[in-house]
Amino acid sequence: MKLDILKIANKKFKSRLIVGTGKYKNMQECAKAIKISGAEIVTVAVRRVNISDRSKPLLMDYINPKKIMYLPNTAGCFTSNDALRTLRLAREIGGWKIVKLEVLGDKKNLFPDMIETLKSTEVLTKEGFKVMVYCNDDPLMCKRLENSGASAIMPLAAPIGSGLGIQNKTNIKILRHQTKVPLIIDAGIGQASDAVEAMEMGCDAVLINTAIAKAKKPFQMAEAMKYAVISGRKSFLSGRIMPNFHGSPSTTKKGLI
Amino acid sequence: MDKNNKIKIIVNGKLLTVNFKFSLKNLIEQLKTPINKVAIELNKEIVDKKKINKIFLKNKDKIEIVHFIGGG
Repeated sequence: MKLDILKIANKKFKSRLIVGTGKYKNMQECAKAIKISGAEIVTVAVRRVNISDRSKPLLMDYINPKKIMYLPNTAGCFTSNDALRTLRLAREIGGWKIVKLEVLGDKKNLFPDMIETLKSTEVLTKEGFKVMVYCNDDPLMCKRLENSGASAIMPLAAPIGSGLGIQNKTNIKILRHQTKVPLIIDAGIGQASDAVEAMEMGCDAVLINTAIAKAKKPFQMAEAMKYAVISGRKSFLSGRIMPNFHGSPSTTKKGLI
Repeated sequence: MDKNNKIKIIVNGKLLTVNFKFSLKNLIEQLKTPINKVAIELNKEIVDKKKINKIFLKNKDKIEIVHFIGGG
């Protein structure tokens, strides 16, 4: 069988599950969950170094950026300027060019500010960044992002950390139809069936953080998500039967006694 | 600069007093920061990490040193 490869900004990946590294109890738990999930890309945030307590463990000591691709994210940024500053710094840490842009607009529901997001995408693309964009599921804004050079369109399924699953299936279907770059469901996944659903709708990947990190058994959930993504993808590629309201026997009548 | 040849700088929001003719490299060494795992901003301008030994800090300079942490 032909290898099913995910290509983002000319980089190739076997896993279609991207995981976040936030909200875990500790670094060990985070590193183990990532390993079990089989993810090849993890999102990371940019924050101040703790200059008064140097004993604090560093993410890079637990997750080797040479083995797993770090995807620097602008989590917590509410303006285009903050997001740009964050990603320019991220690039400086070690040459990261593929980044996740997230410009939030509302503190309560964490919906993205699409005007600021679009502005930032345009600037970053011109500066040579490959921008994977967290966005609303509005097809018009997503088209604009794609036209501005976004390397991946990443609509939310539901608010970040809500675990509600895909709320607006119609929009995701429209997005699947119109999007030429990778389409990745980012935010709102709650359980394995949500991930299967996203993949069966033809999404290229899913990005999950809270659903794994905050599950009662994060390692088991990481494994469940790994297989959900594989299962959903294979199901999508297999050409499902047409739904039918009549029954159709699975066994031939020939030879019936 | 005060009488004792000291200057005040702000590093990651914290006030530090250092000697006059203190370079950014001196600061990084004093803080024991792993240079290959951070990015540095001086007064909102990103600093080329290769040149930190040539950058001398001035009174009221604002320095940000950032790294990657867990996030979604």
